[in-house]
Amino acid sequence: MNYIPNTDADRAEMLKVVGVQSVAELFHDVPAAYRFPPLTLPPALSEPEVIEELNALANENDDPHHLACFLGAGAYRHFVPSVVDFILQRSEFFTAYTPYQPEISQGTLQAHFEYQSMICALTGMEASNVSHYDGATAAAEAVIMALQIGRGKRNKVILSPTLHPQYRAVIHTYTQGMGLEIAGEDLIGVALREPEGTAGSAALLDALAGLLDQQTACLIVQNPDFLGRLYTPAEMQALADRVHAVGAQFVVSVDPISLGLFVPPGRYGADIVTGEGQPMGSPLSLGGPYLGFFAMRAADVRRSAGRIVGQTVDAEGQRGFVLTLSTREQHIRREKASSNICSNQALNALAAAIYMAAMGKHGLRTVAELSYHKAHYAADLIGKIAGYTVISRWPFFKEFIVRCPQPVALINEVLLDRYGMVGGYDLGNDYPDLQGHMLLCVTEMNSRAQIDLLAEALEEITTMNLERYEGEVSRG
Amino acid sequence: MGEPLIYEISRPGRCAVSLPECDVPPTPLPEGCVRDELPLPEVAEVDLVRHYIRLSQMNYGVDTGFYPLGSCTMKYNPKVNEAAARIPGFATLHPLQPEASIQGALGLMLELQEMLAEIGGFAAVTLQPAAGAHGELTGVLMMRKYHLDRGAHERNIMLVPDSAHGTNPATTSMSGLKVVEVPSDTRGNVDLAALRALIAQHGPKLVGLMLTNPNTLGLFDENLLEIINLVHEAGGLVYGDGANFNAILGIVRPGDLGFDVLHYNLHKTFSTPHGGGGPGAGAVGVSAALADYLPGPIVKQSEADGMLRWYMPPKSIGRVKAFFGNFGVLVRAYTYLRMHGAEGLRAVSENAVLNANYLQARLRGVYPIPHGDRTCMHEFVAQGILKDAPGIRTMDIAKRLIDYGFHPPTIYFPLIVPEALMIEPTETESKETLDAFADALLRIAEEARAAPDLLRTAPHRAPVRRLDEVKAAKELVLCYAPACGG
Amino acid sequence: MSYKYDPQAKYAKSHEWVRLEGNIAIIGVSDYAQHLLSDVVYVDLPEVGDTVTQGESLGTIESVKAAEDAYSPLSGEVLDVNTELENHPEWINEDPYGKAWLVRVRPSDLSELDNLMDAAAYEAYVNEEEEKGAH
Repeated sequence: MNYIPNTDADRAEMLKVVGVQSVAELFHDVPAAYRFPPLTLPPALSEPEVIEELNALANENDDPHHLACFLGAGAYRHFVPSVVDFILQRSEFFTAYTPYQPEISQGTLQAHFEYQSMICALTGMEASNVSHYDGATAAAEAVIMALQIGRGKRNKVILSPTLHPQYRAVIHTYTQGMGLEIAGEDLIGVALREPEGTAGSAALLDALAGLLDQQTACLIVQNPDFLGRLYTPAEMQALADRVHAVGAQFVVSVDPISLGLFVPPGRYGADIVTGEGQPMGSPLSLGGPYLGFFAMRAADVRRSAGRIVGQTVDAEGQRGFVLTLSTREQHIRREKASSNICSNQALNALAAAIYMAAMGKHGLRTVAELSYHKAHYAADLIGKIAGYTVISRWPFFKEFIVRCPQPVALINEVLLDRYGMVGGYDLGNDYPDLQGHMLLCVTEMNSRAQIDLLAEALEEITTMNLERYEGEVSRG
Repeated sequence: MGEPLIYEISRPGRCAVSLPECDVPPTPLPEGCVRDELPLPEVAEVDLVRHYIRLSQMNYGVDTGFYPLGSCTMKYNPKVNEAAARIPGFATLHPLQPEASIQGALGLMLELQEMLAEIGGFAAVTLQPAAGAHGELTGVLMMRKYHLDRGAHERNIMLVPDSAHGTNPATTSMSGLKVVEVPSDTRGNVDLAALRALIAQHGPKLVGLMLTNPNTLGLFDENLLEIINLVHEAGGLVYGDGANFNAILGIVRPGDLGFDVLHYNLHKTFSTPHGGGGPGAGAVGVSAALADYLPGPIVKQSEADGMLRWYMPPKSIGRVKAFFGNFGVLVRAYTYLRMHGAEGLRAVSENAVLNANYLQARLRGVYPIPHGDRTCMHEFVAQGILKDAPGIRTMDIAKRLIDYGFHPPTIYFPLIVPEALMIEPTETESKETLDAFADALLRIAEEARAAPDLLRTAPHRAPVRRLDEVKAAKELVLCYAPACGG
Repeated sequence: MSYKYDPQAKYAKSHEWVRLEGNIAIIGVSDYAQHLLSDVVYVDLPEVGDTVTQGESLGTIESVKAAEDAYSPLSGEVLDVNTELENHPEWINEDPYGKAWLVRVRPSDLSELDNLMDAAAYEAYVNEEEEKGAH
């Protein structure tokens, strides 16, 4: 056994010290009828064999490493500098547990303190924790925190229909035992009427504000929203004012890369800022591990969940860092804790910290600008193709909506098979009114040549007989 | 001589990355939306790398040395896991790609679901939860919904032993249910008489029982079958906290014993690295009666065409996370499982339990071990209470262990043992390592009598001395001031 | 250990005290309670106008090692909250019967006082608790 150093001779000596004849005797408390069940598992492989098997499995996938990717919708392909994974693999970071013993965990603790500082810088907020599981669970934890701030007296939560559909789903799951009223999701019609005419106004934000009352604990919007729309700081501040007027919390879920360029939520009245931190240094990895970042007002930290690092001094007065405010957490508060979170996404938070430090203020702005310009170039190009309509006539960052002449799934299949491209997200999956609409995402990882090829491909597809592909898709 | 903050080595104009020129015509930026400041640090690549390497040197990991942190299963993390997770055909997959383009990844997940179901004795498994506590939430919400679907709206009470991890009661509250605590008996088992009384009192309102077995004292409950039976007779379900699964791989299957639902900690039992506190993965296995309630999507093979597809169970509690789970962690756990097979897994638990019993035997007589008369499983709980050293506490012993080059055990948990030292050696440690650790603890016991100040002021050989936690909690400094506050 | 007691106050088993000044009740936690908590770092209190109920939580007192609920010894309406404790949580350790009062309440039912102990009875109760807790 590779990972078990003790030999039969070692075990014999140890058994003698323990005072039993055999290892099997150690399990006498296990009900005999069920002891040592035969397990039907595939036979053990050696290291070269397991690598071969894994490579074979990996080869069955079409990966964006080898393809052009125009898919976003909550998981983004941004450049990860080589230093990020290099540092992550330092064993002292990688194989450590939660920093319960601060004297030998200063590396993790200081790096996480720096992470908190940079998340504050990015979001314009005063405090940050060390992460939740992902953008979705961070949004759910924001709801729970808002209920805490409302001291349990407020039980209504307003969700924008253009908050990521999976985030909304997770909020429903998390709160199913809490007896809440969840409002706002049926306002999608308002958001969708806008593209046809009233570009520039924010009818959706108005409609959401119309739901506010004294029972409201919080209102959550995403910016840029799931459909790619960027709301202006003025629009957001106006909404924040209305949220605060009824004493509720204004929660904003945000793409961290967009904050390299755009005014952060801390500057337009947000009380809690959450989001998916994956674009900052974590690979796409089929959806995880990612990290949910979570920033807030300093006055509210005691109502938040999750680990927080604080600065202090050691016995000699030297600066040091510890986990602090742990009395909020489950290991001390038990059934009175507001969340059960224990393990978080510490290593992804470290990756995000290294990413932010490596990029710095100029690098992150460049990434955001490249994404912005390339996305707009792509939208212009695709909007000129007969049969396609770009319906994002609002300000957007790196994602926009295209109405397509064929079913989106079909187009995506052709893009993958014939052009080696991963196409956009099929919005019909979540919004029945958006059948035939594709959400395209363009980042600094997409070259002009790739974008030009995408436009050519989309044009060619309009002339194809897609019956062969109909067959493929109907299987799905 | 602490390491400066990254902000303190920042100099205007530096950057650690090079990015391409813009190759498309620019578009004007939207008016009123662009930020005028962004207080991120500015550092060159070499300074960035040195900063983090120096920070890493102030840390202690399993690769540094012995890490007997009870309840955390700090076993060695095989390096092949890392190679596996970094294969581009896994690492660069977008979660929303068409199913047809990720058949290999889905195949890996399906096989992992099946292997975990087999090891635990369950009908179905979800890989979606991101950590153990997340798996608990998943399991408890399923138990709740199961009763609701049967019209049992009055069922809102969860029994939780007093030895449980804090996540158990916290999860119960978060799910909108009430916690009723069950005491332990003098042998460290669930107190059967008390359990009977509580069930008599709350029976018709019972959602179920959350049970960690082996429990946090490192003991396999001697009355387990009877406990499970009592809960089932009252119409309740039994939740298994799988934090201690490393003791029972191939030894016993919780599903066979009657557990209805259980979470696995892939980052403990199946060797994926802890990363300083995460990411983990908290897969959940369930009996057939609960299979339709699993959060999804999970992977299923289509009977029609053999394709692997995402599948949402019909009565699902919903998603607990965006996308499908911590896939990168799943790849590592899969790799570990494929390298072990059935015999290898049983050897893991056998050696983990032997190592714990050996350490327990070596410390017996010097450190009180409240249940030291019993065979322990993969861990045991001693006490930092030493004869003739009344002023010395567990904290002092733990800090002194650092001077000997070891990571301290879990301390002050479980709460029912005063001055607890919870020691879990795992199977990946050699007899020499265990002996060195036991020798250190025995020497510390002598020091406690002869030179107690050496303990009280420990550690002496760490990057910092003991830290002032009161100051940290009172005068909250949670970020570098110039960076925060917008 | 010996602890301080306010002879004017009445006490709950959960270690809160209440003292009547005219028809207003002042509520705090006992010297023994602050000793159990050790260094208090934060106090979370209700809002003026809230209703509190005898035996139910009126707030949380947090030290480095614990966060314990303070239970209201009487029912009534909160008239005033000691907001100074936000900046001076250590007062709970220093002066639990004086500067560190938590809330002033207009009692809704003075007969609830009968459910509480006087200082002598409470002292005896604390001594009993101490013995039980010794190990």
